Amino acid sequence: MEFFLITLLNSLSYGLLLFMLSSGLTLIFSMMGVLNFAHASFYMLGAYFAYQTGLVVGFWPALFLAPLLVGIVGAVTERYGLRKVHQFGHVAELLFTFGLAYVIEEIVHIIWGRAPVDYRIPESLDFTLFTLYNTQYPAYRAFMMIVSVGMLISLFLVLTKTRIGMIVQASLTHPHMVQALGHNVPRVFMLVFAGGCALAGLAGVLGGNLFITEPGMAFAVGSIVFVVVVLGGMGSLVGAFIASLLIGAIQTFSVALDLSFIDLMTALGVTIDPDSGWYGGLSITISQTAPVLPYLLMVLMLIVRPRGLMGTRES
Amino acid sequence: MNDMFNKGRLVLWSFVALIFVVLPFIFSGGFSLSMLSQMGIMIIFVLSYNMLLGQTGLLSFGHAVYFGLGAFMTAHAINFVEAGTLGLPISLMPLIGGLTGLCFGLLLGFVTTRRPGTPFAMISLGIAEMVAASALMFTTFFGGEGGIVTNRTAGGAVWGVSYGPQIQVYYLIAVWCFLSMVLMFAITRTPLGRIANAVRDNPERAQFVGYNPTRVRWLMMSLAGFFAGIGGALATINYEIITAEALGLMASGNVVLMAFIGGIGQFWGPMIGAVLVTLLQSALSNFTQAWLLYFGLLFLLIILYSPGGISNLISIHVPVWRAGLIKKLLPSYGYALLTGFVTLLGVVGGIEMLYRGTLFGGINDGTTWVIAALLICVGGFFLKRAIGSVRRVWEDMSPDLARWV
Repeated sequence: MEFFLITLLNSLSYGLLLFMLSSGLTLIFSMMGVLNFAHASFYMLGAYFAYQTGLVVGFWPALFLAPLLVGIVGAVTERYGLRKVHQFGHVAELLFTFGLAYVIEEIVHIIWGRAPVDYRIPESLDFTLFTLYNTQYPAYRAFMMIVSVGMLISLFLVLTKTRIGMIVQASLTHPHMVQALGHNVPRVFMLVFAGGCALAGLAGVLGGNLFITEPGMAFAVGSIVFVVVVLGGMGSLVGAFIASLLIGAIQTFSVALDLSFIDLMTALGVTIDPDSGWYGGLSITISQTAPVLPYLLMVLMLIVRPRGLMGTRES
Repeated sequence: MNDMFNKGRLVLWSFVALIFVVLPFIFSGGFSLSMLSQMGIMIIFVLSYNMLLGQTGLLSFGHAVYFGLGAFMTAHAINFVEAGTLGLPISLMPLIGGLTGLCFGLLLGFVTTRRPGTPFAMISLGIAEMVAASALMFTTFFGGEGGIVTNRTAGGAVWGVSYGPQIQVYYLIAVWCFLSMVLMFAITRTPLGRIANAVRDNPERAQFVGYNPTRVRWLMMSLAGFFAGIGGALATINYEIITAEALGLMASGNVVLMAFIGGIGQFWGPMIGAVLVTLLQSALSNFTQAWLLYFGLLFLLIILYSPGGISNLISIHVPVWRAGLIKKLLPSYGYALLTGFVTLLGVVGGIEMLYRGTLFGGINDGTTWVIAALLICVGGFFLKRAIGSVRRVWEDMSPDLARWV
């Protein structure tokens, strides 16, 4: 029970972090039709910016400054990069972000070096929030959850209740009509792209010190975010939300479970000869399969339901 | 198939074969020989990738999976030969790799080719991650971190060819590379290749004509897997070691870069990319740590300004050449090259200075920075004007060119 509750809480905070990443990706995708390959790179930039600005002004201002800076980088990327390649089609846009991911990683190498930087949880949040049975639950994880949920609620409110949110939503489906009504649709696009990048940056600020801030962090999280988006259904925010929590749970639980097929057989009263050829394959534990599980889930989903959990169209 | 064997094409292919034969006599050093071998492998790999991307319109970020799996299966097959349980000459090992690639192409392609476009790109990435993660899980087959080591001289010499010396391996690669090139070109001329183009351009119409786009994509994917597997097998024979890196995301990304830098519009475009990228990789990585950055920047420049790649740049000049107007272009090109070179010098200088000491708390000698900044500013200013003049000359020529296109 103790294990279950703690792991559940951990998976929840991880899942919410994933959703912060995938929501930005989904917004950008459903609006501009661009799959942003560099999305995880913006997540990485968020962590590094928070580290660097945090050195000067401390963690709390950095929490706001870093996503803002990432948003500005995103806006510049859209204005001077993506908008230029837009005329060549979606594949060119996708490839542009793909190349950008390389360049951002190398720039991070140049500025901060290849080794991880010492980006730490602030002291004011570095305490135990409560003790469940015998396990201490860190306050920072709870803080992360609060920020994510707060962020998501405000995103939801902005999108549905404000004027600018209405324009964004209208531009999603009827860009030409919105343009005809006198709104600057390209600027809306830029805003959405910057906003999505800022969300990824915020996730980086929160995740960078909990996990580790190093140049490889973008690649590590990038493909998981894609799995989330495919699983949830491309372009669906609700789907992305469910898939994020699901993937968060799967990854957190499977890493912690040190059971193998052999254990199951032993529990059922069947013994397997350690010398037999099958032993090696059967003795793989669930925690060893952890890195594969999200992708396996994605493949299964594609076979059973190609449009994903909440997707509305096939392609 | 008729135009496949017309006279001009026959001459062209003989010329290509001749190049393969002659190259090691010109570049006979050990380093250049191993580089030529690597280029041959990469040419097969990138052409097989272009069967997907250029001909069927499937942007895959996981093509190294088929290359890598073919390579691993070949490594095991060679080890079986050495143990005496399999009797197959090394020269035919690429078939093992190819068949492995074909099988996995059929298997994975069945799942992935259901949806084209962006979903396909993401799914191929997911599949690649899955295979790469499993590679570290199943250590008996993939050898874990250390990979699988083989011995290409296994099975002894056949007709005096032992594959001990590198030159013999080069010719093995050359033969398979040539065969694959011819076959892949031939496929573009078959009904399947033509329908693949139709599926790329307008799947809906292809469907109305009575073809199943999913099946066409699946077939092309399997065939591309076959050729990628051949490349993988040759890589195993060449390096005598294969690690999980070969099927990782970096390898998959690399082939995307090659294909686009070369240009996917022409059959021969990706080959330019393979040769150039291999050359730059080995040459640049000796000089600078930042070579990946230069690569990324080159790639971005090509996507931004010449989405057709280098081959497109070449082919738009063919009509100019025919019309005899190339002389008109040369002065403005020279101007652009000169200013471009100055700008490049500044950019490279700046990047290298940044790399030598990391930005915060690194070297800080003012004068070198000023020089670099000056080069970028002055070079960039004149480069912009040079590009303008190139554009003007092109516009002036366009009425004369219309007859030659």
